[in-house]
Amino acid sequence: MATAVQTVERENYLNANYGIKSWLLTTDHKRIAMLYLISITAMFWIGGFFAMMIRLELLTPAGDLVSSDTYNKLFTMHGIVMVFFFLIPSVPAVLGNFLIPLMVGAKDLAFPRVNLLSWYLYMAGGITALTAMVMGGVDTGWTFYTPFSTTYSNTHVIGAAVGIFIAGFSSILTGLNFIITIHRMRAPGMTWRRLPLFCWSNYAAALIMVLGTPVIAITLLLVAFERAFHIGVFNPQLGGDPLLFQHLFWFYSHPAVYIMILPGMGVISEIVTCFSRKRVFGYEFVALASIAIAVLGFLVWAHHMFVAGISVYAALVFSLLSYLVAIPSAVKVFNWTATMYKGSIRYNTPMLYAFGFIGLFTVGGLTGVFLASLGIDVHVTDTYFVVAHFHYVMVGGMVMAYMAGLHFWWPKMSGRMYPEGWAKLSALLVFVGFNTTFFPQFILGYMGSPRRYHAYPPEFQVLNVLSTAGSSILAVGYVLPMIYFLWSLRYGEPAPPNPWNAVGLEWMTSSPPPTHNFDETPVVTWEAYDYENQPQEEVTIGH
Amino acid sequence: MENNQQHDESVVGHIAPASMYVAIWAVLMAFTAITVFAATIELHVFNIVVALVIATIKGTLVVLFFMHLRYSTKLTMVTVVASIFFLFILFGLTMTDYLSRGWLTYPGH
Ligand SMILES: [Cu+2]
Repeated sequence: MATAVQTVERENYLNANYGIKSWLLTTDHKRIAMLYLISITAMFWIGGFFAMMIRLELLTPAGDLVSSDTYNKLFTMHGIVMVFFFLIPSVPAVLGNFLIPLMVGAKDLAFPRVNLLSWYLYMAGGITALTAMVMGGVDTGWTFYTPFSTTYSNTHVIGAAVGIFIAGFSSILTGLNFIITIHRMRAPGMTWRRLPLFCWSNYAAALIMVLGTPVIAITLLLVAFERAFHIGVFNPQLGGDPLLFQHLFWFYSHPAVYIMILPGMGVISEIVTCFSRKRVFGYEFVALASIAIAVLGFLVWAHHMFVAGISVYAALVFSLLSYLVAIPSAVKVFNWTATMYKGSIRYNTPMLYAFGFIGLFTVGGLTGVFLASLGIDVHVTDTYFVVAHFHYVMVGGMVMAYMAGLHFWWPKMSGRMYPEGWAKLSALLVFVGFNTTFFPQFILGYMGSPRRYHAYPPEFQVLNVLSTAGSSILAVGYVLPMIYFLWSLRYGEPAPPNPWNAVGLEWMTSSPPPTHNFDETPVVTWEAYDYENQPQEEVTIGH
Repeated sequence: MENNQQHDESVVGHIAPASMYVAIWAVLMAFTAITVFAATIELHVFNIVVALVIATIKGTLVVLFFMHLRYSTKLTMVTVVASIFFLFILFGLTMTDYLSRGWLTYPGH
């Protein structure tokens, strides 16, 4: 296949045509993925800037760098940008968009124009929310809890809510596109049992996007209506109930955690099996665990409300249901581990990130079990313990998986290899920086340090300084890939079609793929992850 | 491709006589009249129950006939039933809170 000496670059989706219009009006899922990559990277740095301001303020016990009002806005905007404009779209909109058609052997997603529309909606939502931030910001916390968001806050709540509302439609459209593509556009022979686990987990996440996102959209609209027109939904004086907001909000926002993590788990399944040279252990269980997580995820939301004044009996039910989510999550972790058992493991950058994911996600998941138990939750609610827990899942888990996936598929997406040494260093820096930032927060929280204050008692300073120091290491770990990825676009070695000797249809076309993905529609006659029947020799880079 | 054929059949299948649409419309109007009438009788909590039951029947008719669900593929039906199921999860689990909030009494309350 790749025998031709590549003196003249083969036509591919990147060089098929040029000019800004060919990008902004493209319906090619691969180009739309690149548009998403650029926009969510910008959002990541904006959200990261807010995070660095928070960590700088917390370097000293006194609230000296920013005022308490500004601090409230900083953590709110950090949360909004990172959750709604980075984490939720990250893996699905970038890697999912790029890879799902390739993985199922299709020429594009089912609705290419809808796909482009989803990016424009994302941009419209993002710009609306950023405008609200530039005009003065929001201070309600990313959760917009009533009655603060409806009655008392005098910041730009409606602007931010409308931004998230619009971006929600982008998410729904992406989800719909994935579901229909996976149902209808699979190549001949690509049965459900041969479907890559990345597709399974994105399918599960897409179900949540379609089922859950309308609820948050309606909820935020109700907040806007109550603020603007004083319609009584959440305000008790007008006949509403403030806790109803939390019910509705978390009905979406707990499953949204799985919108973020499930596609990441799909990335890890692909990488662990490839760099262990073994078929994934218990394929069916890993695939169905994704669906189980998606469904169970809708039954647990009130674990965010244990101390909010809900009925203790309801709290008991939700506590029990929350424990159940640990089962399919653990199935995945155990199966990845079993996949590596006796595998011939290669320590390439994607695998290093995957190791990081498995370890950190396990810590994040298990501390989630602590929080699901009523007794411990009452003690640590609204402390740094919770902050550490969800950052272990979201950053230690999800961002790690995103980085793993970017490194795994970068040769496919860009057609270029990145410098492996620098990439390994960045994986190490991210792992060390992350743990230094967030592990101290578990201890802080357990000692009772509450979240969302810009000042704290002096005895907590050592742990806070550690955390801030760690965050600067983490920042370097994130800046590095940004630099060498950009560098590789120009100076990187051209990537062969299959640099990792991986199986999967996306590796059977050139790097970068042509606009129509495959020269002829592939016919699948083999099982997924058929690594045992593959030549064990590595196809080395630049052969 | 084989799915296209299936789809074509369903397109052919749901050309229903206009009389049926008129009949459904008449039923919907009748239910509207009943809703208005029921609102004038004092039934205490059952006012809302009656109104919701009627609204559910009407919605079901619209989805089944006007939106052609009756003539759609099984997958479409599963999709609709699944979304209603998730709506019940939202309502049902929220009600576990609202219905049982008063069960436990605290001293002084
Ligand atoms: Cu949760």
